[in-house]
Amino acid sequence: MSPITLIKIALRALLRNRMRTFLSVLGIVIGVAAVITMVAMGEGSKKSIRDQMTSMGTNAITIMPNSSRRGPVQLDASGSTETLEEADIFALRKKAVFIKEVSPVVTANGQAVVGNNNWPVSLTGISAEYLKIRNYEMEDGIMFDDQIDRMAKVCVIGQTVVNNLFPEGDPIGKTIRYKNIPLKVIGTLKPKGSSGFGQDQDDVIFTPYQTVMKRFNANTEIRTIYANSIGEGYAEQATNEVLEILKERRNWTKPTEPFRVRTQEEMIQMVTSTSELLSIVLTAIAGISLFVGGIGIMNIMYVSVTERTKEIGLRMAIGARGKDILLQFLFESVIISLLGGLVGILLGILSAQGVKLFLNWPMSVSFTSVIVSFLVCFATGVFFGWYPAKKASRLDPIEALRFE
Amino acid sequence: MMELNNKKPILSIQHLHRNFQMGEETVHALRGVSYDIYPGEFVTIMGASGSGKTTMLNILGCMDRPSSGHYILDNEPVENLKRDALARIRSKKIGFVFQSYNLLSRTTAIENVELPLLYNSEISSEERKARAVAALELVGLAGRMDHMPNQLSGGQQQRVAIARALVNDPVIILADEATGNLDTRTSYEIMMIFQNLNKQGKTIAFVTHEPDIAAFSSRTITLRDGLLKKDYYNNHVLSAEQALKNLPPPELDLADGGDE
Ligand SMILES: Nc1ncnc2c1ncn2[C@@H]1O[C@H](COP(=O)(O)OP(=O)(O)O)[C@@H](O)[C@H]1O
Ligand SMILES: [Mg+2]
Repeated sequence: MSPITLIKIALRALLRNRMRTFLSVLGIVIGVAAVITMVAMGEGSKKSIRDQMTSMGTNAITIMPNSSRRGPVQLDASGSTETLEEADIFALRKKAVFIKEVSPVVTANGQAVVGNNNWPVSLTGISAEYLKIRNYEMEDGIMFDDQIDRMAKVCVIGQTVVNNLFPEGDPIGKTIRYKNIPLKVIGTLKPKGSSGFGQDQDDVIFTPYQTVMKRFNANTEIRTIYANSIGEGYAEQATNEVLEILKERRNWTKPTEPFRVRTQEEMIQMVTSTSELLSIVLTAIAGISLFVGGIGIMNIMYVSVTERTKEIGLRMAIGARGKDILLQFLFESVIISLLGGLVGILLGILSAQGVKLFLNWPMSVSFTSVIVSFLVCFATGVFFGWYPAKKASRLDPIEALRFE
Repeated sequence: MMELNNKKPILSIQHLHRNFQMGEETVHALRGVSYDIYPGEFVTIMGASGSGKTTMLNILGCMDRPSSGHYILDNEPVENLKRDALARIRSKKIGFVFQSYNLLSRTTAIENVELPLLYNSEISSEERKARAVAALELVGLAGRMDHMPNQLSGGQQQRVAIARALVNDPVIILADEATGNLDTRTSYEIMMIFQNLNKQGKTIAFVTHEPDIAAFSSRTITLRDGLLKKDYYNNHVLSAEQALKNLPPPELDLADGGDE
């Protein structure tokens, strides 16, 4: 029998019992729709985290004192044995070959005031290279040069600060008072959005690091150094090199590392690996619902075979071989599960769009998940249709014809 | 009288036995039946209920295998063939007509007739269609090709079934009580079709338990308790067409309350 004939027979049998067909594929439909939606959810969040982290600079490296204390210490270096200093910056700039740009980061906390507007935002002391490391771009005005105007009372501000301190716009040339020290706005930054950690990257006031050290903090300690490697894949070499140079300057001989170097690549892996696990769990749940759907198909195929015993007997009496009957029912179960899969895929894409639209969750329908769902449905049809079809093909024509 | 021709038999059975195991008990449905059927014969097989007619016809139709004995169909021994080989024989050499028509429901007359040819990959869809049309014309249903079985009378359904049995051009047509569900008039109409087919050279083996039906055939084999009791050659074959004319008009039939 030709495949086209087999498809025709199967479709006719399925259309004859529309409601039953619909109910029996419901499991598959829901299973597939769940797979598509959940994978889209997992992929979507992974993608958006990756995008956000990329916006922070994929090759970025942070260097911090390695605290002797245990526990969460990222931002607290008070117990550290070693501190970073400006000479480290110069040494890295001079010697490191796997490093492109280096910038210190020193912060002061307080309120920024313009007229009657005030805004709580920390003051970030950096060198000009910081913009390149973190993928900031200038929107208006100019960037300061931290070596020429080392302690200048100037600043470059992000969009959030512009909006809050200068609601009427045009901040260039105006003055922000930070802890009563006037800072002249010489430039604004293009908006960047929030980072993967929920930080608003536009809520910043940048000023030369010497300005923060001397005018605000009254010490020369550097909490963090930002750098970027010369390209993707150099993270490890850059890390080793940085540590080497910093230790060499200090004639470091202790077995412990004085500083902690963390690359952005590590961070991306850390964040995405958790969402990968989420993806696996979601997919497993969806897989189980597909399996349950398959059992529904098997059930309906057994009913179909029993119901059509007489038809099977007749087909055999007029020359159908066991193989012909097997194929007939196998086609039916495969087509029913592929139909279910197709409807499920459409429903899954729709619900992914729905989640995106109404829950504002980043969704990314993956082409792979669509193809895999389709293949899984095919396999489900064959696997769960096999036994009922085999049963049909083994019927005795005389017995089957006698069946009422 | 057919033996007088020097033809080879189209079908030959020797010492055919068929036992059914029913738990402890063995039912001997056929207990050693032998006969030949020659090309062009119209044989009716008679016998009381339970005498083994259906059992025998099923073996002749290659749907069942004898417990022992020999069966040669169209010069080919078939008693030891496997399931698939038997299916090939049924597909190419046998046409079966059942008492209860066995048409596929919600499937048009012509599709029902095409069905046997679907299992023969050598036949193209054009040829399949052409042959089905020809077979339906032969049984007088040219105008009913696209009707569903539930839109047809019993007699018409049986005619579709006959067309289905013809469409693969079998060496023999086997019918098991093909008029069993029909009234006298319709039965005669069906017999007329069988007689016409026989005149065109078709070999027919027709199981019935009604003597007036047997009178339309040229030979009657009678079974009793699984044995051949009588093999009778009928020299005065009645014409079904004539018998139909002699019946009272159909209006009266209806007034009688029909024959169903
Ligand atoms: N599948 C079967 N299992 C057991 N006994 C059977 C089977 N088929 C037929 N028989 C028995 O064989 C005998 C002949 O049956 P059958 O050929 O149907 O008779 P007929 O068609 O002449 O009425 C009966 O006694 C019947 O009960
Ligand atoms: Mg019988």
